[in-house]
Amino acid sequence: MAQVTDASVPSSARSGPMTRSGGMSDRAIAWLFISPTILLLLAINVFPLIWTVHMSLTNYKANMGWMKYKSVGIGNYRDILTDSDLWEAMQTTAHFVFWSIVSEVVLGFGLALLINRKFRGHSFWTTIILLPMMLSPAVVGNFWTFLFQPQIGLFNYVVSFFSGIDPASFQMIGDVKLAPWSIVLVDVWMWTPYVMLICLAGLRSIPDYIYEAAEVDRASAWRRFRSVTLPMVMPFLMLAVLFRGIENFKMFDMVNLLTNGGPGSLTETVSITLKRAAFEKWQTGWSSALAIILFLTVFGAANIYIKALNRVKQR
Amino acid sequence: MKTPRRALFAAVLWTALGLAGTAAQAKTLTLCWAAWDPANALVELSKDFTKQSGIEMKFEFVPWTSYADRFLNELNSHSKLCDLIVGDSQWIGGSAENGHYVKLNDFFDKNGIKMSDFAQPTVLGYSEWPKHSPNYWALPAMGDAVGWTYRKDWFAKPELRQEFKTKYGHELAPPKTWDEFMQVAKFFQNRVIDGKKVYGAYIFTERGSEGITMGVTNVMYDYGFDYDNPKKPYEMNGFVNSPGAVKGLELYKEIFKCCTAPGMTNAYMSEGLDAFKSGQVAMQMNWFAFFPGLYKAMGADKIGFFVNPSGPNGHYTQLGGQGLSVVAYSDNRAGALQYMKWFAQPTVQKKWWSLGGYSCLKAVLSDPGFPASAPFAGDFLVSMNMVKDFWAEPIYATLLLDMQKRVHDFVVADKGTAQDALNGLVKDWTKDFKDAGKL
Repeated sequence: MAQVTDASVPSSARSGPMTRSGGMSDRAIAWLFISPTILLLLAINVFPLIWTVHMSLTNYKANMGWMKYKSVGIGNYRDILTDSDLWEAMQTTAHFVFWSIVSEVVLGFGLALLINRKFRGHSFWTTIILLPMMLSPAVVGNFWTFLFQPQIGLFNYVVSFFSGIDPASFQMIGDVKLAPWSIVLVDVWMWTPYVMLICLAGLRSIPDYIYEAAEVDRASAWRRFRSVTLPMVMPFLMLAVLFRGIENFKMFDMVNLLTNGGPGSLTETVSITLKRAAFEKWQTGWSSALAIILFLTVFGAANIYIKALNRVKQR
Repeated sequence: MKTPRRALFAAVLWTALGLAGTAAQAKTLTLCWAAWDPANALVELSKDFTKQSGIEMKFEFVPWTSYADRFLNELNSHSKLCDLIVGDSQWIGGSAENGHYVKLNDFFDKNGIKMSDFAQPTVLGYSEWPKHSPNYWALPAMGDAVGWTYRKDWFAKPELRQEFKTKYGHELAPPKTWDEFMQVAKFFQNRVIDGKKVYGAYIFTERGSEGITMGVTNVMYDYGFDYDNPKKPYEMNGFVNSPGAVKGLELYKEIFKCCTAPGMTNAYMSEGLDAFKSGQVAMQMNWFAFFPGLYKAMGADKIGFFVNPSGPNGHYTQLGGQGLSVVAYSDNRAGALQYMKWFAQPTVQKKWWSLGGYSCLKAVLSDPGFPASAPFAGDFLVSMNMVKDFWAEPIYATLLLDMQKRVHDFVVADKGTAQDALNGLVKDWTKDFKDAGKL
C-alpha cells in the first residue's frame, strides 16, 4: 500500500494558498473558476440594475431607441411619488398582499397541524392538498377565469347550490366589490399548500421530548400549543410570510390573466402598472424609476423583516 | 494550373449559389396582418398574384389581441420580417414619422394609382400623414367600421312585435337613434325566448388593448365628443369633456348596466361573435369585417344588420380597417411594390370584395349592384361615409391606453363620474402631447 508521506506532497502545495502550481497560484485558479459566474452575474444582474438607474433619470423610450433622449433628473421619481393612480395601485397591491398572506398563514398552519397527525390516507390527502401549487400561475389564472364565469362557471353554481341565489346574479371578476377578493381567493387556493409545507417542516423539527416534558408538567393542549408549538414554528411561519410577501408584492401573471387589472383599474397591482408603462406605453424612463422604487421597497422591507426574524430565532 | 482552376470553380459556384439565394428571396414576399376572416380571404386572393408573377406569398398573421404589440415591435426594431404590412389606421402617424413605411407618392404617380379613385374617408384614415395632406404611406386595403347585427327571427316574432308596439307606440325594428336603441335593448333584456334567457345588447368593454374605446366612441361622437378643437389642434378642453361627450359616456354606461349579459366586463370582438351566435343577445356591436362570416354561419333568417344609431349631435361611427404599406426595411421592396400595384387593380379589388374583403375602391363601391351584393353592403356604404377615427399620432398607443383606463374605470368599475373621467382624460392627453413636444 502506498504511503503518502509528507515528502510525497509537492512543496508548492505545502506552502499554503498562495503557492504556485504550473505557474498559477491557488487564488488565481480559484478566480479563474469563479470568474465566469461573476461575469455572468455582472452581465445579467448588476449591469442591468445600474443601467436601469441610469434610464430612470431620462425620458428614454425603448420603442424609439434611435431617437436621442435627455436627462430629466429626478423628474420621473417626482412624477411617480405624486401620481394618485400609482398610489391606488399600491393600495390594491397592499390589500392583495395583506389578505392573501393572512389567509394563507392561518389556513396553511391549520392544515399543517392536521397533516402532522398520523391518519389513514395521510399521504393521499397531502398530495391532493399540494396539487394547486404545482400548477403554473398562467394555467391557474386561465381556468379560474372560466370557473368564475357567471353563466357557465362552476364557482357560481357551487355558491348557488349552497346559498340558493341565482348563479348569474353575481360575477366575481367583473364586480367592483368582489373582484379584489377574487384574486385573493385564487392566490390563497394556490399558495396555502406552500405555507403548509413550510409549517409542516417547522412542526416536524420540534423534538418530542419537549411535548413529553410539557405533558409531565400537566400542560393543557392549548398551553402546549401556545408555549411550545407556536414559538418553535414561528421562525418558519415568518419565513413563509417573507417568501409569500415578496412573491405577492410582485405578483403579475395570475392577476394579469384573471382580471387583467380590471374592472377598470380596481385590481391593477403595481407590477401590472409597471408592465403597462414599460411595454404598452413604452415609457422606459418612467417605468425604470418605478422599478427602482419597487426594488428599494422590497429590499428595505425584506431587510427589516429578516432582522426581526433573526431576533425571533435567537429567543 | 489546378489550384487556380479550383479557385475559379469555387468562385463561380459561390456566386451562383449567392445569386440563386437572392433569386429565391426575390420570389417570396411576406405579408403581415391580423388573424381573422379577411386575412384568409387575402390568402385566397393572393394566389392569383403568385400565378401571374411567380412570386410566392408567405403570411404572418397574429391574433388581434397581440397584433399591435407584435407588429409595432417588429417595425420599431427595424425587422425585415414583413415586406408588406396591413397596418391599423392609428399606426400611420408613427410609421410615417419614424420611417417604418415607404412613402408611396412617387410610386402611385408612376403607376397611375390615384387616391381619388378610393373612398375619401379611407384615404384620410388609412393613407395620409399628416392628415389632410397629399402624403401617402399606404394603399386603402380593408375598409371597416363599427356596425350592428340583430336577431332578425326574434324581431319578426308577432307576439313580441305586438308587445313592443303596445309598450312604445312604434314597430319593433332595428333602431335608428340611441333612444330607440335603449327601448329595444331594455325590451329584450332578461326575456325568455325559445326557452332561453336572452339579453338586450352586446357592446365592447375590453380593457387591455382598444376594445372599450372602439365601443364608447360610437355613442360619444353622436353626442358631441371631439378629439380637439377643429380650429386649434390639440386644444382638447371643452371638446373631449364637453357636456355632450359626458352624456354620451353616461349613455354607454347605462347600456352596459341595463342591457348586457352578465360577465361581459372585458369583452371584445370574439366574445361578441360568440354571444350573438349562441343566441344570447338581441343586438351586437362589432366590426363589419366579421359580418360576411357571421352571415354565412347564421343564415339569412336569423341575422340582420343596421348602422350605428344617431344621436342629438350627429350620426357617426368608429372607423376600423387598415391600409397596405410597404415596410421600409424590406429587402424586397420592388416585389412588395409589384404586389401593391397588382392589388390596386379594379378587377382584383372586385374579387377582393367577392371573397369577403372590404374594398375601398370607388369603382367597386359605386357599382350599382354593390348595395345588393350582400345584405350588409348597403349599411357598410352608409357607415363608411360617417366614420371618425381615433388619434393617428405617433403616440397613439399612449393616448389609447389613457382612454381605455379612464373609460373602463367609469363604465365598468363605477369609479367617479363621467365628467371626472373625461376631465382626467384631458389631463392625461395634455401631458402626453407635452411630452411628445406637440404642446
